[in-house]
Amino acid sequence: MTDAATESDTEAPEPEPEVSKDLAYGALVSWSRGQRVIHPSREDWLATAKTLLADGWNMCVDVTGVDYLSYNAERDLPPGIEPERFEVVATFVSHSRRERLRARAQVPESDPSIESLYVVYPGTDFLEREVYDLMGIAFVGHPDLSRILMPETWEGHPLRKDFGIGAIPVQFKAPSANTHR
Amino acid sequence: MTVTEDPASPEQHTGDDTTAADSAAAASEMAAAGAGSTDTTPATDFGPEPEDDGSGQLHLLPRRSAVLRMSEVRAAAMIDGPPIGGENDQTMLVNMGPVHPSTHGVLRLMLELDGETVLRSKPIIGYLHTGMEKTAESLTFLQGPTNVTRMDYASPFFNELVFSMATEQLLGLEVPPRAVWIRMLMCELNRISSHLLSMATGGMDIGAVSMMIYGWREREVVLRFFQKVTGLRMNHNYIRPGGVAADLPDGWRRDVLDLMDLLPPRLEEYDILMTGQPIWRDRLQGVGVISQAEAIALSATGPILRSTGISWDLRRDMPYLAYDEVDFDVLVGSYGDAFDRYAIRLNEIRESIRIVRQIVERMPSGDYRSPDTKVTPPPRARIDESMEALIHHFKIFTEGFKVPEGEVYVAVESPRGELGCYLVSDGGPKPYRMHIRGPSFVNLQTMPHMMSEGFLADAVAVIASVDPVLGEVDR
Repeated sequence: MTDAATESDTEAPEPEPEVSKDLAYGALVSWSRGQRVIHPSREDWLATAKTLLADGWNMCVDVTGVDYLSYNAERDLPPGIEPERFEVVATFVSHSRRERLRARAQVPESDPSIESLYVVYPGTDFLEREVYDLMGIAFVGHPDLSRILMPETWEGHPLRKDFGIGAIPVQFKAPSANTHR
Repeated sequence: MTVTEDPASPEQHTGDDTTAADSAAAASEMAAAGAGSTDTTPATDFGPEPEDDGSGQLHLLPRRSAVLRMSEVRAAAMIDGPPIGGENDQTMLVNMGPVHPSTHGVLRLMLELDGETVLRSKPIIGYLHTGMEKTAESLTFLQGPTNVTRMDYASPFFNELVFSMATEQLLGLEVPPRAVWIRMLMCELNRISSHLLSMATGGMDIGAVSMMIYGWREREVVLRFFQKVTGLRMNHNYIRPGGVAADLPDGWRRDVLDLMDLLPPRLEEYDILMTGQPIWRDRLQGVGVISQAEAIALSATGPILRSTGISWDLRRDMPYLAYDEVDFDVLVGSYGDAFDRYAIRLNEIRESIRIVRQIVERMPSGDYRSPDTKVTPPPRARIDESMEALIHHFKIFTEGFKVPEGEVYVAVESPRGELGCYLVSDGGPKPYRMHIRGPSFVNLQTMPHMMSEGFLADAVAVIASVDPVLGEVDR
């Protein structure tokens, strides 16, 4: 399953090793529960997507973000990838090979932005807006980078780990003298 | 029976137009006050459309100028301003929804109209956003299905399934065969009920009001079986990490087979009522056409992708559960129009019936949930006799089970397309991050392309044929 998908100069990665030093599409490869993950750098994000499209990954089905601010375990990144607070995760599908591939890019807290995949995979339009809205990662080159789920005037990015869950006081539940008596 | 219902349809058809005209009239106030949008300077508030160097899929979208890039604030502000396109600008900006009978919940569309023709449009969503992905981070993996099941409320089993499968993949947990087949049974029945609902609401949107009654009626029969199995008609919390919540009740075989005998004749009725009916065909054929290239470039999945002739169904192409052991056909269309999408849904019900019959025949016996005591609560009887069982029970329900760290993306074919779950665990009892890739959410992107240059009344048919569930769009 990996032969056709690898165009790197090193040999094709085997599904077995947990962390492989192999390269695919110029990025380090790791395996997560049997799923292949590539780790392109933030600078190569768009270029990698172009390579992927040219290699038959004809649909980008998902783009999401993760905030690793309070992650309590060791990050499962291949050696050589510097962990950052944010991660942008995209999932690609090849209809002809019936395969999936995931790409994860590290995005630093100091500059939460990454290139938009809109030009290569226009289907990422809404997905990138969602990540921008909820995670606060800017997608450079996106034609309509605006909030999509939260109100336009909302402040903050709810899916960030430092954004509290919060509570709205409910009007008719103020404790009275008889409550809990 | 169906023949007598037919005259109702043209009436309803005109009724639809009146609705459109009404909303147009309501909005013409706004237009008169100067809301006329522009055709000279494209109203994009967010910078220019990116350059297309031909290396990506952007050039596959010839109608991408039909996507209205205008913020709500700007649209609201235009009420007071002069028409941008000059005094002779005849276009107007119309708001449709979020409370509109044909918008399937709370979808809101900002439409730029020239007379009755839709020029550009923008779906505005978020009215049902309740932060369910954030909520998931404060619920244990066992509580997770109660949360995700409320996303796509028309097909709750699929949400539970994808979340449970992602959790199990992180745990490295094998699910017993009976649980796998029960999951398949419930999911296929759910696909039937979801498609029935889609045809009911779609029929109502287009004017086949009798279909609305029929669709809900048949769906109710399916939901009654769900209630018998899970205790609830919707939001079941039935499929859980490790298996399912309870075994099938006594007599389930009879119930399912009765249901499978009931449905095919009813589907024949739908064929008479809609498929072969000239008004229905006129309203749908050639409406909301999308090409193969557009569907792929817009990441569309499910009936929308298949209506263009691309044979892609995760059940067959990336099999999960035991779908590689049952026979079924993947249905594709040839024109990519609203009629193809309707026909695919109708016939997918028939395929699901085929699958359900095979499941009933081959349902294995055995345990309905994993015997792993760290994940599965012990049977009630064990708690009385075993201290360990009591401790496990207590720990699972207070603290939850710990899931090894890692990240995983799992996808299933929901009635609306690829439903994915991206799950990150840091070794604790709660997901560190849970993301649901909702097919309705992504499929909404196709709407401006399908609606472009069509009539406003056809926009309603397009919404019905995309069949979005806003609970899943907004999450």
